[in-house]
Amino acid sequence: MSIRRHRPGEATPSSERVSAAAPRPKEASSRPRLAERLSRTRQAVAAPFGRIGVGRIDEATFDELAETLLSADVGLKSTGRILDALREKVRAGAVGAFPGALITALRAEIVAGFAGEDRALKRNEEPPSVWLFVGVNGVGKTTTIGKLAAQEVAEGRSVVVAAGDTFRAAACDQLASWATRCGATLVRGADGADPSSVIFDAVEHATARCRDLVLADSAGRIHTKANLMDELRKVKRVADRPPGRVSEVLLVIDATTGQNGLLQAREFTSAVGVTGIVLTKLDGAAKGGIVLAIREELGLPIKLVGIGEGVDDLVPFDPDDFAAALLGD
Amino acid sequence: MFEILTGRFEEIFTRLRGRGRLTDADLAEALREIRVALLEGDVNLEVARELVEKIRSRASGAELERSLTPAQQVIKIVNAELIATLGGEQLRIAYAPKPPTVVLLAGLQGSGKTSAAAKLARWFVEQGRHPLLVAADLQRPAAVAQLRLLGHEVGAAVFSMPTDPVDVARRGVAEAVRVGRDVVVIDTAGRVSIDTALMDEVRAIGRATSPHYSFLVLDAMTGQDAVATAVAFHDALALDGVILTKLDGDARGGAALSVAKVVGRPIAFVSTGERPSDFEVFRPDRMASRILGMGDVLSLIERAEQTYDHEVAGRAVAHLRSGRFSLEDFHDQLQQMKRLGPFSGLVGMLPGMPREMRNASIEDSSVTRIEAVIRSMTPDERENPAIINGSRRTRIAAGSGTTPAEVNDLLNRFKEMQKLIRSSGMMAPVGPKGRRDKRKGGRVTPARSR
Repeated sequence: MSIRRHRPGEATPSSERVSAAAPRPKEASSRPRLAERLSRTRQAVAAPFGRIGVGRIDEATFDELAETLLSADVGLKSTGRILDALREKVRAGAVGAFPGALITALRAEIVAGFAGEDRALKRNEEPPSVWLFVGVNGVGKTTTIGKLAAQEVAEGRSVVVAAGDTFRAAACDQLASWATRCGATLVRGADGADPSSVIFDAVEHATARCRDLVLADSAGRIHTKANLMDELRKVKRVADRPPGRVSEVLLVIDATTGQNGLLQAREFTSAVGVTGIVLTKLDGAAKGGIVLAIREELGLPIKLVGIGEGVDDLVPFDPDDFAAALLGD
Repeated sequence: MFEILTGRFEEIFTRLRGRGRLTDADLAEALREIRVALLEGDVNLEVARELVEKIRSRASGAELERSLTPAQQVIKIVNAELIATLGGEQLRIAYAPKPPTVVLLAGLQGSGKTSAAAKLARWFVEQGRHPLLVAADLQRPAAVAQLRLLGHEVGAAVFSMPTDPVDVARRGVAEAVRVGRDVVVIDTAGRVSIDTALMDEVRAIGRATSPHYSFLVLDAMTGQDAVATAVAFHDALALDGVILTKLDGDARGGAALSVAKVVGRPIAFVSTGERPSDFEVFRPDRMASRILGMGDVLSLIERAEQTYDHEVAGRAVAHLRSGRFSLEDFHDQLQQMKRLGPFSGLVGMLPGMPREMRNASIEDSSVTRIEAVIRSMTPDERENPAIINGSRRTRIAAGSGTTPAEVNDLLNRFKEMQKLIRSSGMMAPVGPKGRRDKRKGGRVTPARSR
C-alpha cells in the first residue's frame, strides 16, 4: 500500500477548481457568532410562547412546553424528566409570578443538565495529540476536521490530517482541499486502503516530525453493521498503539437527527469509547435536542458545535445559547 | 428500519388479539400506546396526533361494532391509515414525450444526494435508459470528483463545469439534448431550509431546468425537523416525491410518515445500503406491513431472485434431492446469501421474527469464518467430511486462521444440518409412515442415511 503525503502548497489531485465558499465575516469571540446564527433560527421559527407566563400555570401550559421540547427532538423520556423537575419547582413556589418566569426556569433546568462538563479538547502532554472522529454517514466529520485543522493552524499549532475515510469516493480529495487551504499536512493512502494503517502512518509521521496534533477522519458507518464497527474498533486500537495515544474520540452527530442519535451514541461509545460530541448543522432549523438525552444517559460532554460550512463555523458548545435557541426565545 | 415501531405495535396487538371485544378503555389505551410509539419513532407531533385521531374515529365508529373481531379491525385500520399516510400507491416514472426527462435532487447537507443521484442513474440504466448525471454541487470540496467516480462505477456519464450551480444545471440539460441522453439527474449542493439565499438558488435551478421530477432526498434518521424541511423545499420546487436514504440503519423512520403526509407526495425511492444496487422503488404497503410486524418478505424474494445464480441453485437442489448435499454446496449457498446483502438486513424482513432475534446482531464475521474453514479443505474433504481426522483438522484450522475446535464445531453442525435435511423429507417425497410414497412417485431415501 502506497501512502502519499501532501505538503502544504502541493496541488490537490482533483483537477477541477471548486469555487471556495463565500468568505464569511470574521468575529472575535465565539459567543456573538453562535448567537447570530441562532437568531436566524429564532426569526425563522415563530415564537411559541406568546401566551405562557401570562395567567395561570396549568397542565395545558405544561402540554405546550412538552410540545416545544418534543418538537426539538428532546424525546419523551428527557422531556418527562425535565417537566417533572419544573413542576416540582412550581409546586415549591420557586418559580416567580412574572411573565416569562416559567420559561426562565425551564431554560435553567436545561442548562443545569450540562453542568459540570469538561468541554475542553484534551491534549496529550507529549505531542502529538490524536483526535479520532467517528459517526454515521453524512453527519459532517470531514468538514468538521477541515474547520478544526484551519483553526488550530491559525492558533499556531502544527496539524497532521489523516484521511482515514478510505471507502467514500473522493473523500480524501475533500479532506485534501481543506488541508491545502490551511497548511496542514495530509496523510492519505490508496483508495480502499486499510484505514488503520493510514492513521497509524499519520501518527508516526506526526511523532517523527514533532507535530502538535493529528486529526483522524474515518468513514461514515451505520452502527448496526457489525463488520464496520469491528473495523472501527481496530482503527482505534491501532491509533492507540505507541507512539500514538488517542486523547479524544469525537462522535459527530447531526442536529437534524431524531431519536436515533441516542442509539448512535450508545453503540459508538460501546465500541470505541466516545469522549465527546460534536453537534453539527445547528445553523438549520433543527434544534439538536437529542443531545439532552445523550447527555442524560451517557454523560457525554458536547465539545463543539458546527453552525455552517465555513472555516469559522465551528465553535465551543455553550449551554446558555443552546437552551435559549431550543426554546426559541 | 421500522423495526422498533414494528416491535412496539406487536406488543400492542398481542394484547389486543387476546380480547374478544374492545372496550372504550381498551381502545383508549391502545391509542395512547400507538401515539407513544409514533413519537418515539420520530413521527412529527402534529402528524402523530392526526393519525391517532383518524384511527380513533374509524375504530370507534359503527364499523367496529359490526365486526366480529374488533382487535383485528383495529389492526386493519392502523395498517390502512399507515399505507394511506405513506403515500397510497407507488410512484411510477412517466418519461417525457420529448426527452430528456429531467430529475432534480435537493435536500439538506449530508442527506445522501450525491450517492442517490448515482444510484438513481444506475436504476435508470437498468430500466434501459441512458442517463446523464449533472454535478451541480459546486459548494462541497470534491463533490464533483465524487460524482464522477460514482458515475463511472454505475455506467453513467457525468457533466460538470466550474461556473455556478444554475448555469451548470442549465448547460447539463442542454448537453443531454445534444448527445441524446434521455434522462438527466441533477445533483445539487446541500442547503439548510432557512437559508433564503440558498433556497432562492435551488428555486432558480428549478426554473432553469424545468424538471419533470423534483425529489427531496431525506435521511431516514431525521427527527422532527423533517416536516419543516420538506415544506420549505416543496415551496421552492413543488416536489414530486421523496427519496428516503440510509434505511439500512435502525432509525425508526417516522420522518417518512410525516413528510409524506404533510407534503402530500409519495416516497418514490429508498436507499437501503452503501452499494449502488441498494436502491429500490418504495412500496408503501410493504413498509406498512413491516411496521405492523408482517415482515417484508416480498422485497426479500425479489432481491433473492435478482441476485441468486440459478445454476448454483439448481445444482444445490439436485444434490439435495440425491442426498449429496455437501460442504461444497453449503459453501456455495453461503456465497449466494452474501450477495443478497448483510444478514442483519435480511433478518428484519422476515415475518413473525421475534423482536429479540431481530435486534440480535447477526454476525457477518462468523459466516466469513465458516467460509474460510471450508475453503481450507480439499475437495475430497468437502465431499466426505468423515475422512477429516486430527491432523487434517489441524491443517484446516491453520489454513483458515481458526482453531481445530472451531473446525470440529462446524463439522458437527453440518452433520446435524444434513440429518435435519434428510429427516425433513426434503430429499424425497415420503408418506406418513416414513416409507417411500409410491403415489407421489418419489425415490427411495438414499443409502447413505444415518
